[in-house]
Amino acid sequence: MATLKELAAREDLLTGGHRACAGCAAPIIVRQVLLAAEHPVVVGSATGCLEVTTTLFPYTAWKVPFIHNAFENSAATISGVEAAYTSLKKQGKYDKEVRFIAFGGDGGTYDIGLQSLSGAMERGHQMLYICYDNHAYMNTGIQRSSATPLGAHTTTSPAGKVIPGKKQYRKDLTAIMVAHNIPYVAQTSVSHWRDLTAKVQKALDTPGPSFINIISPCRLGWGFRPEDTIELAREAVETCFWPLYEVENGVYKLTYKPREKKPVVEWLKKQTRFRHLFKPGNEELLAKVQEHVDAQWENLLKKSGAE
Amino acid sequence: MSTKELVARTGNEAMAEAMRQINPDVVAAYPITPATEIVQLFSSFVADGLVDTEFVTVESEHSAMSACVGASAAGARVMTGTSSQGLILMAEILYIAAGVRCPIILAEVNRALSSPINIHCDHSDTMSVRDSGWIQIFSENSQEAYDNMIQAVRIGEHMDVRLPVMVTTDGFIISHGLEAISMLEDKEVQDFIGPYKAAYSLLDVGKPITVGALDFTDFYFEHRRQTAQAMENGKKVILEVGREFGEKFGRSYGFFEGYKLEDAEIALVMLGSTAGTARVAVDKLREAGVKCGLLKLRVFRPFPAVELAEALKHLKAIAVMDRSDSLSTAGGPLFTEVRSALYDLPSRPAMVNYIYGLGGRDITVADLEGIYQELQRISGGGQIQKTLQYLGVRE
Repeated sequence: MATLKELAAREDLLTGGHRACAGCAAPIIVRQVLLAAEHPVVVGSATGCLEVTTTLFPYTAWKVPFIHNAFENSAATISGVEAAYTSLKKQGKYDKEVRFIAFGGDGGTYDIGLQSLSGAMERGHQMLYICYDNHAYMNTGIQRSSATPLGAHTTTSPAGKVIPGKKQYRKDLTAIMVAHNIPYVAQTSVSHWRDLTAKVQKALDTPGPSFINIISPCRLGWGFRPEDTIELAREAVETCFWPLYEVENGVYKLTYKPREKKPVVEWLKKQTRFRHLFKPGNEELLAKVQEHVDAQWENLLKKSGAE
Repeated sequence: MSTKELVARTGNEAMAEAMRQINPDVVAAYPITPATEIVQLFSSFVADGLVDTEFVTVESEHSAMSACVGASAAGARVMTGTSSQGLILMAEILYIAAGVRCPIILAEVNRALSSPINIHCDHSDTMSVRDSGWIQIFSENSQEAYDNMIQAVRIGEHMDVRLPVMVTTDGFIISHGLEAISMLEDKEVQDFIGPYKAAYSLLDVGKPITVGALDFTDFYFEHRRQTAQAMENGKKVILEVGREFGEKFGRSYGFFEGYKLEDAEIALVMLGSTAGTARVAVDKLREAGVKCGLLKLRVFRPFPAVELAEALKHLKAIAVMDRSDSLSTAGGPLFTEVRSALYDLPSRPAMVNYIYGLGGRDITVADLEGIYQELQRISGGGQIQKTLQYLGVRE
């Protein structure tokens, strides 16, 4: 794997000057992913923050071939690009070695694009799908998705007088992708560059489809200062809300174990979307959040034999 | 001109055979009645190594068109097939395919839309996406379906056009009806269509492009205008390709075909398979001295308004036959467009509209004779009692 020094010397394939918010994790994720790629890549993105902020005609922030089609079809679109590549190569009309990456936010991946993603993974295309999971529909103004955590305030799961934010737990998309029995599934975070780089490289070198879920702190939707993005990502990992692990050919492996598992409130209290949980009367809900994180973590430890 | 032995092919078989001979780089498709057979036959061509195609067996029509757009943007020659609900599930991406100027070819088998669910022919599905930016070519029979598929490649890929093209047949009536057709040799098809060279490709990694960028108020309108221009350019290319096809293979094509139209006083205007039935009605009435004719429209998008007005201007009365209903209460889509096309004529024919054959309801020679008789009455000075009528329905 490339060293940090080597990575830093590589050309940034997503230029600055795009319109993402200060402190947005999505372009940081994309830059790290593209730095990790050892082959030329073709990238696709679902409609969403990443797409609208990087492709404002007549400008583009992408120094690699890029396609945006619609909201729910990033996976199907890239599967088509890969099919063209396979066909043209087979016919001797193309000779380069290229990799294919589809990006989508949690809305475009957990919700509206789940069918398209499932189909593409099942068909076995040589492609990597990356979800930048910022826990809500941020591009349309912070509406809840099936990736929004229990208790989070969004504009469609507001913390009101009667209902304290989102009533449901998050969908475990990474587990759903594992259930597709694809060769490589992983979860990572921008706070851990080595983990992210290694996983992206492994995914791109894996024959067949792969999926990586990356937590993407959103300063507007989560409510924190723009300079704290990486810290928020790190704390999600340290509290075991967002464990770093990979599943290679069905075998679970924990890739990072916090020295000391921090209470999830440490992470929650730094975000205004959870502010109401700290008001009197919501103690039970706060406990439920911790219980859920604990149960998920224990489950992962068991699966990865890291107990 | 080549003379060929006739072979028996259904509409679906004819379209699948055309796809085999075109040998596209990528096909992404999903099954739906009555178009299933097209992709089913094509997958057997793939399995038997008769084509070089990468066949993407998607999980929905939405993904079929999404994968087609990706493959086309990557420089591949791309085809698919569908019908009815499948076409309207694709609708979102049909617009995008046209907007990003992907010359995808779609074999569309016309079928009614739900609800109620119905698997039989009408034109509701194709008409519902008439403003999506796709060139739309209707076929009367298997031969036309076959010929249109081959021409579609040349039309869509032309540098002045670069738009997707759907070639339609009528569900079951054409798709499952066995007819004698004349097929070209594989090499003749390849020579006619030529190799595909995309102007831009995502796989040109040394020259990266961004496809599907965001336009605000400052560029959206310009890009839409360019698509409209491409559609306009399509008119010339459709005629050129139809003429060249005729010169090479003996069957010429234009925007429409008239039948005993030139000296007619009354005529029907229609799309698709009903034209065969109408010819019989015209012949019968002509024997009885009625000066009647027929105009079968082949190309619905781009809409040949000026040419239609020229071809219809001498008539006294016209009935436009719509096999779909816009539910606007002011007439079907074909009627409103044909009537609009004739508005600028100094002297306009009287016009009525019949909605017919929805959900596969049969239409007979006698039905059409009845309409000609009504047109005779109108052209003789009789009042139009109802502009819009529903033919053969229990009310």
